[in-house]
Order: sequence, then structure tokens, then C-alpha cells
Amino acid sequence: MASLLSVRDLKIEATAYPPGEPPKDITIVDGISFDVEKGKVLGLIGESGAGKSTIGLSALAYGRGGVRITGGEVRLNGEDLLKKGPRGIRQVRGAKVCYVAQSAAAAFNPAHKLGRQIVESAVSHGIMSKREAEDRARYLFKVLGLPDPDRFGQRYPHQVSGGQLQRAMTAMALCSNPELIVFDEPTTALDVTTQIDVLAAIKAAIEETGTAALYITHDLAVVAQISDHIMVLRHGKMVEYGPVEQIIEAPEEEYTRALVNVRRERKEEARDQEGAVLKIENVDAGYGEGAQVLFDVSMHLPRGQTLAVVGESGSGKSTTARVVTGLLPAKAGRVLFKGEALPAALKDRSRDQLRQIQMIYQIADTAMNPRHTVREIIGRPLTFYFGLRGRKKTDRIKQLLEQIEMGAGFIDRYPAELSGGQKQRVAIARALAAEPEVILCDEPTSALDPLVADGILNLLTRLQAETQVSYLFITHDIATVRAIADSIAVMHRGRVVRFGPKSQVLAPPFDDYTDLLLKSVPEMQVGWLENVLKTRRMESAGH
Amino acid sequence: MGGPLLTMIVQRIALGVLLLFAVSLLIFAGTEILPGDVAQAILGQTATPEAIANIREQLGLDRPAPMRYLEWLGGAVQGDFGVSYSNRQEIATQIAGRLGNTLFLAAAAAAIAVPLAIILGILSVRYRNTFFDRIISIVTLTTISLPEFFSGYILMFVFAVSLQWFPSSATVYDSMTLLERLWAIALPVMTLVLVVVGHMMRMTRAAILNVLSSPYVETAELKGLSQSRIIWRHALPNAVAPIINVVALNLAYLVVGVVVIEVIFVYPGMGQYMVDHVSKRDVPVVQACGLIFASVYIILNTIADVASVLANPRLRHPR
Amino acid sequence: MFKTMPVSAMIGLFGVCFYVFLAVFAPLIAPYGETEVVGGVWLTPTAQFWLGTDNLGRDLLSRLIYGARTTLFIAAVSTVVAFIIGILLGFLAAVMRGWVDQVLSRLNDLLMSIPTLIFALVVLSVLPSELYILILVMAVLEATRVYRVSRAVAADIAVMDYVEAAKLRGEGWGWIISREILPNAASPLLAEFGLRFAFAVLFLSALSFLGLGIQPPAADWGGMVKDNKDGIVFGIGAALFPGAAIATLAISVNLVVDWLLNRTSSLKGGRGDG
Repeated sequence: MASLLSVRDLKIEATAYPPGEPPKDITIVDGISFDVEKGKVLGLIGESGAGKSTIGLSALAYGRGGVRITGGEVRLNGEDLLKKGPRGIRQVRGAKVCYVAQSAAAAFNPAHKLGRQIVESAVSHGIMSKREAEDRARYLFKVLGLPDPDRFGQRYPHQVSGGQLQRAMTAMALCSNPELIVFDEPTTALDVTTQIDVLAAIKAAIEETGTAALYITHDLAVVAQISDHIMVLRHGKMVEYGPVEQIIEAPEEEYTRALVNVRRERKEEARDQEGAVLKIENVDAGYGEGAQVLFDVSMHLPRGQTLAVVGESGSGKSTTARVVTGLLPAKAGRVLFKGEALPAALKDRSRDQLRQIQMIYQIADTAMNPRHTVREIIGRPLTFYFGLRGRKKTDRIKQLLEQIEMGAGFIDRYPAELSGGQKQRVAIARALAAEPEVILCDEPTSALDPLVADGILNLLTRLQAETQVSYLFITHDIATVRAIADSIAVMHRGRVVRFGPKSQVLAPPFDDYTDLLLKSVPEMQVGWLENVLKTRRMESAGH
Repeated sequence: MGGPLLTMIVQRIALGVLLLFAVSLLIFAGTEILPGDVAQAILGQTATPEAIANIREQLGLDRPAPMRYLEWLGGAVQGDFGVSYSNRQEIATQIAGRLGNTLFLAAAAAAIAVPLAIILGILSVRYRNTFFDRIISIVTLTTISLPEFFSGYILMFVFAVSLQWFPSSATVYDSMTLLERLWAIALPVMTLVLVVVGHMMRMTRAAILNVLSSPYVETAELKGLSQSRIIWRHALPNAVAPIINVVALNLAYLVVGVVVIEVIFVYPGMGQYMVDHVSKRDVPVVQACGLIFASVYIILNTIADVASVLANPRLRHPR
Repeated sequence: MFKTMPVSAMIGLFGVCFYVFLAVFAPLIAPYGETEVVGGVWLTPTAQFWLGTDNLGRDLLSRLIYGARTTLFIAAVSTVVAFIIGILLGFLAAVMRGWVDQVLSRLNDLLMSIPTLIFALVVLSVLPSELYILILVMAVLEATRVYRVSRAVAADIAVMDYVEAAKLRGEGWGWIISREILPNAASPLLAEFGLRFAFAVLFLSALSFLGLGIQPPAADWGGMVKDNKDGIVFGIGAALFPGAAIATLAISVNLVVDWLLNRTSSLKGGRGDG
């Protein structure tokens, strides 16, 4: 039987313009083949640069920003899209194959109401009348769990929330009743408790309408919930391709195994959590007049241990870090370092106090001056705090580079010449150079690919064992918390809702928010989403 | 309509009015406080102290500056700019006709330049990275770099002296018909168009390209919509605001560009009048002209501001 | 850096270098003196006078070469002064924020709300006609534009995490401005310098053309257009040569700037793809 979508030997190229060099052609995707059957979902998974979005868009015969499909076939119902002219391709796009983008907020036109945009392709392709399309849109709003389905279409994109927009974009794709939908990381930009709702809505809509889908993501746990088959990609090439159960439970390739096993626990929780190198006591803080962000926040971090501060966007976790650094002086309460209160404002702290607390940022790219070499970046704290110069300084920089597993060969490189993981390592070395007691880690792994992030977590754990440095580790990712924390503070809307040793925080009885948070994190397990939804239904029936 | 939108517009307009007052103060202060004495300037370096004191009193310069400012501003608001030093005539009556001439010249130039720039901008986006786009880009870069007096005299040399199609000096008087007037100002209008069209076209092109590279245009493309639908329904509504902004900014620029061009073509407008009286150090005239030019400029900029507020759907349809 | 330079930028660079060369070696190159009367009024170009003579019978080519000196020198000095004022205040506002930024920025808005030429006319109507005053007026007016650009560039950089990291380390303002911000602001500011310089040449020429810039008998391009403009009506193109010199210099600078701007924007890169 012929497949709905059949891709053979796909080759995709682009022209790169490296600064100061002549432009050159690079291959983004090479020799990819796969099939999607009617009504089935294929998950495409890989790290950034794996070419998964590019492959997804090729199902609409589209190359983004100068990307060209240079070889192979993309057959839809047996017809090769790449051989069709512009008019033929237009008849497929929006009618037979639809697209759901990662950022719905940017993908909707700000000048038109949602409803008009959602029915537009169905009507302009002549698939249904305007009235029929509007009826279908209302029906889809209901299926996708959008509020007030009858009037939802009257709103403008900026008038609804991010999670709702993502569902509206799914409705837009489903409206013309296509045979295939390409989902391009539809939940990546969402908070974890929102993600699960959108994921459930998408799954329900796919089942309800019987459309087939290509689901693109970097999160294997997410794709396991929604796909029938999974294709693992790396550097534009296929690594492994098989049914979802096989990929998750019995991966054959080394790389797939690594992806499945990422985020495992790597150390025992410290027994003794008395005494604290850093203590935050009853802190209130906010920006400007009125807008209070933190309410009575207290937590403490024992020496040589890791305190994970976990919460979603807007929970106040990063603001807590800013209070500790002195960038945002607290309005009430205090921060104690080794039992002594730190001056609230950065400018009142002594150089030694500043040295004792260092910081690692989420985006290593912007955390390092692009015009400084690794030598200057790591060397500056050495000169600034310890007055090291010349030979001694160079030796120490090399020693630090060894410590972060990079080696002295990188000493004269600029940040632009390093990979994402290497940049984050250099940022860690810069923090270590100050020989601090405490390092504040502000989501240091969340912008990195899972395997690279894993390497960074291993490094941080090893450095802690070697130097007894303490981490205040801010993250939104429960799996990371499980992997590295000794104690945990859960934050929600500016308050600490739960604080204590990891074993206690992650064990029942839970408060409502922690319960919701923990249950929303996708697990690397087929059928997890169904189970969660089933429990939810039973709970709400029980109430 | 209502709520935050109205507030924003009122704010912009209030800001414009505030700016006008600040500018009037600045112009007054600029001519009164800076070193350099008007009386001295009128009489020259050799004047005796008595003569200077005499003329100061005559001009009312011996009274305190804040008082003179208030009187001047009070008069200006009612259209009374006082009396010229050099010829002892009412400035308001002298300006009236000239302001009309200047606005006529600017309007004629705008009527050609605005549609031309927008059409060229759209065409160069439509055919971007082609030979046509390149040529347009090089030509506009060139016209931007040309000083007004160079392009003005080139046009005069070619069209008035060699070909003798148009008059070399733009003489206008009251009894002229509209057509005669337009013929008389053909060359200054052409020069003005050359001065602004390049800027306006380049900014229009950038504004449209910015919209075309947005994710929502990609969405429209992936919906399989026709090119014309993408441009008219999805790109244009979002490009209108930046284009209006570009037009208003360039009109402001055009009003100022008039000064040099009036001198070139000996056109009886505000610009020529002002330049004449700067060399004569006739301060009241310069103040009056400066204030009027600055007002036109600020009003056009405020219109640009308000237009971009109006075109923002987030403000038009608040949550 | 020069290997990938497009032809247009090379032409521009050549043009700029050519005029700088003329300006520097003017007395060696010019066949006659700056104010020397050598023949009849408005002679047509001959082998003796390559571009003919001007309204007083001076050699036009020699005056053009000396004019390069005056025009380039004054434009350059006023641009440099404008940059010193503008960058200093712009960086200060971006780094200090708060009321310093508010006061400086609002004042700047006020100065910018009056068209440059109009402002210059108003001020020059009372100030004595001295060279240093002309330079200062031009510099102050241009500094407003430089302020706006350098403040915007520096404000973009000042919110970067690496600047925050430097503050957390305890670095002072000096280090932050000179080592963290300046190196990253250099290339957009260089492009801006080119733009402002081209503008200064045009502006100075316009003022001289209106009789308010450089005073005779010194030769400068705008003034030469003014001196010879009456010849146009009689079909004598003497005024067009200095005009063409101004235009070619401005075009050359713009060509180089265009390339600089493209280079900086392509460094930022396009949209990412996963």
C-alpha cells in the first residue's frame, strides 16, 4: 500500500555567509528517507542543527531563508511535490499539508482577528464555504479546549495567552481538514504545566480528526507520548528509525541510548543539611514602585551542597538570584553569607564579598564579551581579585582550562570559535577563577542540547566534589533537579511553596502546586500522557 | 477606539505642544544669550558705546529677557512677530505671502515625490536582488549624496540654459494662473524631488522588507495563499504604519530642504527671506522664520508619531 | 577584511583617499596660488587652466585643490569634536541610566526637534563669523545625532550579561566603558563616523553656499559654488566643478559606509534553524 507521505533520499543545502570569507554551500540534510501512513504520527527528534525543522518544511516543499531542496523526492499520495510548479505547490500548502510553528505569537498576523486567519486557507482553497469553515473552527476550538469557543475567533492574537495561541494555531492547521500536519516544536516555548495541556489537546485533536502528522521536537519524552514512529536525526543524517516502543525501550544505536538515558541521578543527597554558607531570610523584593515580585522568601544552602530553586516563568526564581547578587536590593529581609549579613546593594559590598559569590548565566553567548579571548575572560578575575600577572596568570588559566576538560589549546580563542557547551565551560572556569564559596547557576543547561547539558551537569558535580563549592541552581526542569540537588525550593508566584531536602520535597504528601508541577513533567515512557489524563479524569469525577 | 489609544494620542499631541514651547524658548535664548551683541552687529565694530546704548534702547533690548520672551511668544501665537530691524516693516505681513509660496513649492514636490518613492520602493522589493533593484539602489545612493545646490544647478544648466525648456529663476507673482505657477517652479520642484525621493524610497523598501521577512508572512506562504493575497492582506496592513512614518519624516526634511533651493532659484519664499536676514543680522525676522520652520517640522513629526500609534493593532484593540 | 571588499566599496575608498591626498599635498599639487589672479574672468578650460578660471580670474583647479584642504579639514575637525562630545555623553547616559539619562536624552530630543540648518541659521545670525565658531556650531549640531546613536548602541550592549558579570565582579565605570562596551560598539560607530563626515561636508558646503560658512577669500567648495553661480545662466559651468567635487566625495564616503553597515549586520546572522 502506498504511504500518504513518502520521502526518498532527501538532500537539502543552504548558502552560508561566514563573515570575512567568501560564501559557501553547506549540506543541511543528506540522504533522509521515511514514510508516514494515513492517520499516523511520525516524531522527528534531534539536537539543534540536526535538520529536523528543515525536513519538516520540505513536506510543504518550502525552504526557509535561502535553504534549497536539491535532491530526492517528496511524494504526497504518490505525487512528487518537488516536481510541481509554484501553483501546484500552493494547492497543496494549507489544503493537504498544514504547518504549526514553534512561536504562534509571531506566526499569527497581528493585524487580523484570529477567526479570520484560522478559516482563511480553508476558504481561499475552496475546500468549504466561509460558514462551514467557521462552524468547523468553533468545533475545533471545543476539541482543543479553548475558552468560549463561540467567540474565541473574535479576538486578536495579542489578546490571548501563549498556550491558547499555540492551540489556535493547531486549529488553523486542522481547519481545512488536511491529510498531514507538520508540528514544529509546538510546546517548546511553553511552561511545563501549560505544555501538558497543549500536548493533550493536540493528541486529542489528531485522534478526533484522523489526520497524519510529523511531530518535530528535541524532547524525546514529549515525542514518546504522541508518535507511532520515531526518527532520530543528527547533523542532518538519520541515526535510528523505528516504532516508538522500540526506540524508547530498546534503542539500538549508542546515540539514541544516550538520549534516552539523559537526566539520570548522579549523586546521593547529602545527609547533613544543617548550617549554611548562604542564607536568605524573609526577603521581599520588586522592581520600581508597587510591582512586588518576591514575598517573604527564605531558604538556605549548606556548604558544598546544591540547592535547586525550581519554578516556572514568573515564579521569582531569577529575581531571588538578583537579590543574592545585590543587583536588586531587597525591600525587606536579608541575605546572610557565612552568618554575616551582606549589604543589600552591590555597590556597598567589598571586593572579597563579591569574589565569594560568582554567577553562571543561561546564555553563555551573551555572558562573555565577544571581543575578549578565553585568556582575557578567565584571566580578568585572576588579576582583579588576586593580582596575578604574566607567567603565573597564564599557568593558572591553563590549569583552569584543564579542570573544565578543555585543555590549554583554547587559551587564545574567541567565544565565537567555541561550541555552545565549550562556551558554558569557559563561563564556569571564569566563576571558578575567583575561588568562590557559592556559584549562582541561572538555568545554565536549559539552552543546551540534552547530551551537552548532561556533560555540563557532570562537570559541575565533579567540581563540587573537588572544591567543596556550593551551588544555588535555578531551573525550570524537574529532571535536572532530580539529577543534582541536595535540597529544593519550589517557587510559585514569588513565594516559596515548598522547601527542604530533596527526598522530602519530592515525596508525598504534596501541596497542590508541587503536585501539578511534578505531574506535568513528561516521563520517558510510552503511555505516560494517557495515564496522567486518566488519573485527572478520575480525580475530577471523584470530586 | 478609546482607552489607551486615546490616551496615547493625546500624550503624543501634548508632547508636541510642549516641544513647541521648549523650541520657542530655545530659539529666543539662542539669539539673546549667546555671546555676540545685536546692536554691535548692526552698527559694526567701530560703533561708539553711546551709539550702541542708543540703539539698544530703541530696540527695547535694555528690558529684562524673560519679559521680552513672553511678549514675543504672546505676539507670535497671535501671528504678530514684531518689526524687522533692517526695513522697519511688520514681519507678519512680509511672511504671509512667502509662507504660502514655500508651502506651495513643498506640496508640489511632495505630490510627485511621495507616490514615486512608494512605487519605486514596492517595485524594488518585488524585484529585489535583480538588476533593476541594484540600479535603483545605486541611483538613490547617488541622489542622497548630491548637495541640493549641485543637482539644482545641473538641472538649471541642462533644462534652462541649454534646452531652454523652463525658466532659470522661479519668479512668481499674484496674477499668475496655477498652470503658469507650476511651470515657473518646475525646476525647484524637480530638485526637491531628487533630494527626498532617494531617502523615502530606501526607507519604504526597508519597511516592506522587514514585514515580508516576518514569521506571519511565512505562515501565509505556508497556507498556500496567492502572492497578491499575501501582499495585500498580510503584508500591507502591517507595512502601512512604517510607510506613513517614513513619509511624514521625509516631508519634514523636505520643508527644510526648501531653504537652499529657494536661494538657488531666487524663489520668493520663507527660506530665501530667512537667509537674507541672517546675513543682515535681523534677529526678529530670523526668530520668526526659525519658529515657523521648527513648528512645521515638529507638527509633521507629531503626525508621524500619531500615525504609528493608530496603526498598531495592540493599541487599537486592547485586551 | 579587504579580500571580500565589494567593488563599490573599493571605488569609495579610492575616492576618499584621492581627496585626502589632494588636501594634504595641496601646495605641491596646485599649479597656481589659492587667491592668485591669473587671467580673465570665467575663461573656458584650456591646457593652461585645466578647468578654466573663476569669477575673479583665479585658476579654478588650484582653488578646487586648496578647497579640498579647507572643506575636508573643517568637516573632519567638527566631526571629531562631535564624536568626542556625543560618544562621551551617549555612553554616560547608557551606563548611568536614571536621571542622568533622562536629562541628557530630553535635552537632546529638544535640540534635534529643530532642523539642523534652521538651527544653524538662527545661531549664526548673532554669533561672530569666526572659524572656530563655525566648527563648534557644526560639532554641537552633529553631536546630537552621534549622542543618539552611541547611546542606543551602548544601551544595547549595557544590558548584556557580560556587562552584568563585570559589574558583579566589582569593576568600575572606566573598565566597563572602555573594555566591555567600546570594543563592541566600534564598528557601528565607525560607520556612523563616515555618515556624519559626509553630512558635515554637505552641511559646511550648504552654509558656505548661503554665505554663512567659510569667509572669502579662502577657497572652499561650497563658497566656490556661490562665487560662480551667476555664470550658470550664461552657460558657464564653473560652479559645477566644486559641486561635483562635493558630490563625488559624499558618494565615496557613503559607498564605504554602506559596506561597513552590511558587514556589521551580517555578523549578527539570520534566523536559527533546528
